[in-house]
Amino acid sequence: MSDSLLLVAMVAVPAVGAAVVAALPRERTDTARVVALGVSLVVLLLAVLATVAFDTGGDRFQLTSSVPWIPGFGVDFALGVDGIALVMLLLVGVLVPVVVLASWEDRAPANRSMRTFFAWLLLLEACMVGVFAATDVFLFYVFFEAMLVPMYFIVGSFGGPRRQYAAVKFFLYSLLGGLVMLAAVIGLYVVSASAGEGTFAFESLRQLDIDPDVQRLLFLGFFVAFAIKAPLVPLHTWLPDAGAEAPIGGAVLLVGVLDKVGTFGFLRYCLPLFPDASREFAPLVLVLAVAGVLYAALLAMGQTDMKRLVSYTSIAHFGFIALGVFAFTTEAGTGAVLYMVNHGIATGLLFIVVGMLIARGGSRLVGDYGGVAAHAPKLAGVFLIAGLASLALPGTNSFVSEFLVLIGSFPTRPVFTVLATAGIILAALYVLLLYQRTMHGPPRGVLFPADGAVGGTTGTDGTTRHGATAASATTGGGPGAASGGTATATLTHEAPARPASRLRDLSRRELVVVAPLVALVIGLGVYPQPLIRLIEPAVAATMSDVGADPAGTTPATTPGSTEGTD
Amino acid sequence: MPIEAPDLSLAALAPLLFVFGAACIGVLVEAFGPRDSRHPVQVAVALVGTVGGLVATLLLAGTREVTAGGALAVDGAGLFLQATIAGLGALSLLLFAERNLDPARSAFVVSAAVPAGSVRDRELLTVQRVQTEVYPLATFAIGGMMLFVTANDLLIMFVALEVLSLPLYLISGLARRRRLLSQEAAVKYFLLGSFASAFFLYGLALVYGATGSVQLGAVREAVAAGETDTLLVLGLALLIVGLLFKASVAPFHTWTPDVYQGAPTPVTAFMAACTKVAAFGAILRLLYVAFGTEEWTWRPLVYGVAIVSMVVGAVLGLTQTDLKRMLAYSSVAHAGFLLTGVLGFPGSGDPAGTGLPAVMFYLLAYGLTTLGAFAVLTLVRSGDGEATHLSQWAGLSQRSPLTAAVMSLFLLALAGIPLTSGFTGKFAVFRAAIEDGAWPLALVALLASAVAAFFYLRVIVLMYFSEPAADGPTVGVPGLPTTIVLAVTAAATLVLGVVPGAVLGLADRAAIFVG
Repeated sequence: MSDSLLLVAMVAVPAVGAAVVAALPRERTDTARVVALGVSLVVLLLAVLATVAFDTGGDRFQLTSSVPWIPGFGVDFALGVDGIALVMLLLVGVLVPVVVLASWEDRAPANRSMRTFFAWLLLLEACMVGVFAATDVFLFYVFFEAMLVPMYFIVGSFGGPRRQYAAVKFFLYSLLGGLVMLAAVIGLYVVSASAGEGTFAFESLRQLDIDPDVQRLLFLGFFVAFAIKAPLVPLHTWLPDAGAEAPIGGAVLLVGVLDKVGTFGFLRYCLPLFPDASREFAPLVLVLAVAGVLYAALLAMGQTDMKRLVSYTSIAHFGFIALGVFAFTTEAGTGAVLYMVNHGIATGLLFIVVGMLIARGGSRLVGDYGGVAAHAPKLAGVFLIAGLASLALPGTNSFVSEFLVLIGSFPTRPVFTVLATAGIILAALYVLLLYQRTMHGPPRGVLFPADGAVGGTTGTDGTTRHGATAASATTGGGPGAASGGTATATLTHEAPARPASRLRDLSRRELVVVAPLVALVIGLGVYPQPLIRLIEPAVAATMSDVGADPAGTTPATTPGSTEGTD
Repeated sequence: MPIEAPDLSLAALAPLLFVFGAACIGVLVEAFGPRDSRHPVQVAVALVGTVGGLVATLLLAGTREVTAGGALAVDGAGLFLQATIAGLGALSLLLFAERNLDPARSAFVVSAAVPAGSVRDRELLTVQRVQTEVYPLATFAIGGMMLFVTANDLLIMFVALEVLSLPLYLISGLARRRRLLSQEAAVKYFLLGSFASAFFLYGLALVYGATGSVQLGAVREAVAAGETDTLLVLGLALLIVGLLFKASVAPFHTWTPDVYQGAPTPVTAFMAACTKVAAFGAILRLLYVAFGTEEWTWRPLVYGVAIVSMVVGAVLGLTQTDLKRMLAYSSVAHAGFLLTGVLGFPGSGDPAGTGLPAVMFYLLAYGLTTLGAFAVLTLVRSGDGEATHLSQWAGLSQRSPLTAAVMSLFLLALAGIPLTSGFTGKFAVFRAAIEDGAWPLALVALLASAVAAFFYLRVIVLMYFSEPAADGPTVGVPGLPTTIVLAVTAAATLVLGVVPGAVLGLADRAAIFVG
């Protein structure tokens, strides 16, 4: 029986769109990107329709549909959303069209076609929708793993100089986590089979009363997969590589959405299915979370590569999210989910604007830039907004969520909360240092070649490919052979020919790309209430599953905190 | 003393009769048919025989009987595996029949007796004549395999083992290119295979000595009656060693990489797909039917070799630079995964376990995928034959996007990525193992899968993310036979991953042993 086809359509539309784009002739990049944009906008529309149809006071899972898929395994193709999944779908819906637009003028590396890039992108969108909308654990697992393939090809085919290494590392890390989770998924089925009928349906599994020893093992199985995905600190080393080497569009979705599957998984699967084990392991997770906040922030400050830097800031933010999830209060949980959305927007914007800068300069190194603000004020302005959102300045969206997490965690976990708060200061440091070094000061670096070395244009094209090494970017840029540049150009925008006009400000297309994200940063910063209304019932239900005492902290504080942010 | 003729159900024997009949006709064609028309006739006879065998097994679905004086057990599991072997065999024969790829029109040497490198050998390289003896030989091997999986009697099992092995030893040595390598492989396979056969025979003798019978049913009764003495356990161990050799399970796998590499690729495909099915069919029948009541006698052994096989296959696979050797180690690793499913045995008397159907499904899925992967290998060629060195595959996606895409599909399936048949199979066998409490084994299996995924991925990385070498290989345009094989295997790999319900249900219903 199926009640609502809305979610099915949200999976099917991009999947079909991917097939259509892949079937286009190789040289029809213009058609491909128009189709990709159209399809992703349809998905956004469907996500908005789903939000309208969602009743915040209604059942936990809504818009459900279910058909038997593999009867032999007891698997259903079952979709449905709670408030948490719904906001993630909205995030996917917003980010994908933005990414399509941001990649609009990218050029594929030699022998590759942007058509393929857009096809993978749409397939990735289908998997991302599926992973958040699945209410069958097996189906979730299938989307969780299938998601790797498009991202693997996006990084590996269209990424930076070390793309092969980064793609394989990303794939193997995730696959390893996924396989450990597979053991737990099967274990969950076996437990349900011994308690009656074997099933993968989330709602039935939630009712199970699992033996604590078994819970511990199953929890760890799921936890490892999600901790790699999120990523929590000792398992994070794949992200800086993948984030740095991925093309900007891929990096936005990788950090903005894919990693959220990890924290989403904590909330959706670890807590409700294994409440005893979750409580038992919570201190351990919190240690990892807080260590992540501090350690990744310190590492971020030390990075010379801007994309790696942004990746490390994300790891720090995931520490906050994990803190919110495992503090076991509705307020902190709501903050964590809101953080997942806000982080996707803020970091997505930061990645995009960094990508725009890299496209102009051809180097990913912080040291190759300086004084950009004077010549490109709009670029610098957006950069600043993205940075401030990233450090959670009041008035930006991230502030609300970070504040909710901290205030919600304090009653139950004061020590961890206080330690994590130090991360805010570090965040201010790494963001502002980055901004100051690249945007202010005397004009210098690759964008302002010394005494107008004419003909230095080609170096800008070549460098993203031939290594973001400082040497080739800074010294090799000038006299670079004109022929090599265009032939080997990867995903860089066209560089203007004359050194004087070499640094141009944001184009109209680029403004269209950043405008919705900037609007969301500020809009959700002053009025987060609609999202909170969606998220809170689902988080409250999750917290009651885990046996936390939501009554103790929530009713009084939640209205208060939202007043505070208004 | 009058000798009574054993009861024979011709209907239940129909699949075997079809295939062996076709093989015998093939021999006659070889002897009396005119040379010019032999190739098409032989291909037709072999295909009619195997496809006829396949249809016959399908028509027999639901049959459960012990016939031929208790020597054959025609049951659900036996028929499922027979159908799998016949189907995969027919596809392999199509690969044998490909004439478009090699400039000399065939992958097989014209006259195997001519010494490699001699003047006559060089002359033969350019003639248009093709080898046709391989078709009856392969058909005999297919017949032997189909007999192997229904044998309800250790003696018949041994005969079937020899019927399937001898032709394989021979056709392994018939490669047209790199003949010495091929001949070396054949000799190695023969020597080690003879050892394995001897082990099996010795084990048979010991079991007979312990129980007084070679029929699986009688052995089971003797075992259940508590006559489990050292002789019996030793006999069982030797029998299993013989079978594990055929299934290329580590540590009895040492022949696999050399033989897979040296044999003509269509033959490798045939061995990788069909021999595996046949060997596991026999392992399942021996363990479940004869020794099912005394699980403790074999469980620790299978547990141990499963781990060794997975680890050896995955780790040594990492170090390979030749695609055929890499797929050989992959086959060793997959044999280990299959053994985890074998452990999902429900215990005596309860036929509803998940291990048997899981292994049956896995064999079908793996056979199709690996057959397809080897078929792709036949397409990519450089000067004198197939380009199987990894480095030659760099940038293949730019030379031939379709070939690279199909190969990637097979590799992802072998790695067990969801929505491919490999994932469904792995899920089934791991579930069986975990249900039986063998979760540490399943965990090892999952870690081994992750390691193995690395070497599958490496090929994809090379094909897609590396720049093509200047003097790289060419991608041949396959003729109709290979195209059919690729289409069928690729479609099956996808369908068994996306909508496996029907086939899983079939395997579930068929998972019954009689005897």
